[in-house]
Amino acid sequence: MPVKAEVLTPNASQSAGLRPDLAAIVDWIEPGSHLLDLGCGDGALLAYLQREKGITGYGVEIGINKVTECIARGINVIHADIEAGLGEFTDNSFDYVVMNQTLQATHFPRDLLREMLRIGKQGIVTLPNFGHWRCRVQLGLFGRMPVSSALPAAWYETQNLHLCSLSDFDQLCTDSNLKVLERQVLNHNHSSGGVGAKLFPNLFGEVALYRVARQ
Amino acid sequence: MSTEKGGYASDSVGLVEPQTIQFDEPLELACGRTLPSYQLVVETYGKLNADKSNALLVCHALSGDHHAAGFHAGDERPGWWDQHIGPGKPMDTDKYFVVSLNNIGGCAGSTGPTTLNSETGKPWGPDFPIVTVGDWVRTQVRLADRLGIGRWAAIVGGSLGAMQALQWSIDFPDRVASALIIAAAPKLSAQNIAFNEIARRAIMSDPQFAQGRYAEQSAVPRHGLMLARMLGHITYISDDMMRERFGRELREGKVNFGFDVEFQIESYLRHQGETFVDRFDANTYLLMTKALDYFDPADQHNGELRQALSGVAARFLVISFTSDWRFSPQRSREIVAALHQNRKSASYAEIESPDGHDAFLLPNQQYETCLRSFLQQQQTAGAAL
Repeated sequence: MPVKAEVLTPNASQSAGLRPDLAAIVDWIEPGSHLLDLGCGDGALLAYLQREKGITGYGVEIGINKVTECIARGINVIHADIEAGLGEFTDNSFDYVVMNQTLQATHFPRDLLREMLRIGKQGIVTLPNFGHWRCRVQLGLFGRMPVSSALPAAWYETQNLHLCSLSDFDQLCTDSNLKVLERQVLNHNHSSGGVGAKLFPNLFGEVALYRVARQ
Repeated sequence: MSTEKGGYASDSVGLVEPQTIQFDEPLELACGRTLPSYQLVVETYGKLNADKSNALLVCHALSGDHHAAGFHAGDERPGWWDQHIGPGKPMDTDKYFVVSLNNIGGCAGSTGPTTLNSETGKPWGPDFPIVTVGDWVRTQVRLADRLGIGRWAAIVGGSLGAMQALQWSIDFPDRVASALIIAAAPKLSAQNIAFNEIARRAIMSDPQFAQGRYAEQSAVPRHGLMLARMLGHITYISDDMMRERFGRELREGKVNFGFDVEFQIESYLRHQGETFVDRFDANTYLLMTKALDYFDPADQHNGELRQALSGVAARFLVISFTSDWRFSPQRSREIVAALHQNRKSASYAEIESPDGHDAFLLPNQQYETCLRSFLQQQQTAGAAL
């Protein structure tokens, strides 16, 4: 993989074979920074950032098979349940703490968000948007729990525990004294959501990416 | 997997023979005494490559020795880590040159209480100095020098063996490319030391112990050493595993209102104790427990493990086992946290296992996959350098 000198655009990241939602996160990360990826899965994001942006850092992952995948690709990973506490990480020890599609699947998202921003100078959170019009239609019109590409599992088997809309998450940030530095919404292809999503993100964005910091 | 080759499975290193290496340069020990010379008994598996970059050191735990893999002539049981060492196994002898030794103070041939003290012509017995993990590492450095190995691709150990790997990475950072720290703790807890002390008291209060000079009197403190092992063994396995395997099962199906062996667990422990006495030395047991008790790399850094690990350069893989209560997963997390606070390269895996501390010696698919993934990656990364 050739090392790219210029700042990566989402398209450049995509061409490097990275999942589009990860590509959007990549563009927010300063080269050479120190990063903690909570719920890192197979370590794809960290692997990419290490290779292309010279970042250092660790992943935290609860599934042993994902952990061994990380180890096999040379990613530093901690096999642990992020909900069992992040006390071993000291204050401000990371430039970024990332939770990609993970926060909504935890028991205490608010506490975890607070922990993220104790450990990290900035937090990057991605979430499925429950306020998307498809969700609204399915629930509001048909009275059924939404199933979509951003929320593929049925209510009885989803890992998600605390779904929210963009407005809800904005409110949580305000209530938690967090500043939203940047927000991006993606449509179901995980490509940037077009004009509709720009004007009415809570209606047309299926997935939201937030970059937040303490006030 | 197991097509035969010379009577051994194809993933076995097969017939192995230990070699004895003499070191004549005096060794100053942490206790202040000097060992004028010493011998190390060593086994190696696989081939050292041309640039000597594929060497892997295996460090043994309390009751281990140099015989980590393969078979000695006539033996039916392979070495203690045969599970993991061999062609195609996680410590792949097609790729790595694996070196395993018996530490000084041991009782499997390296200089220790059972070998002759050249100054007296008698076995060292209780006069053998108390050695530390740091002392062992320095003997291993000389072994590496002798074998022409400047830098180990990996140092691997479980329990007390892991402590050696950790000490290596602290004391000789440029000579360790990666360290695999399995079922370890950064230092013993008061409870760990308490168990060791009872084991030592059991040995030393055996009348046959004779102040440690039992060999001179052709005696063996069997009873004490057996008790020590029985006690130790309880801490090596888990409550769940004991319940699962023995429960309250009675040997004769009924209680006899006596003090002979009645419950299966009693029979099992006695068996463990008896077989141990036949292969292990009481003075060595005392020394090994002391080396454990004294291990504390943070001690020279105001008790700060983080500081102690600030200079390490190795890539670490730390592995613990869920049911290990001797060195619980939490103890491994302490090591990982200290490494991460220093922004060092370290991964951590907590392996699901019912086998307690002993799990590091037993078959386990997840454990094997972790070791294999790390060592394969290490090998590829090393080759790319």
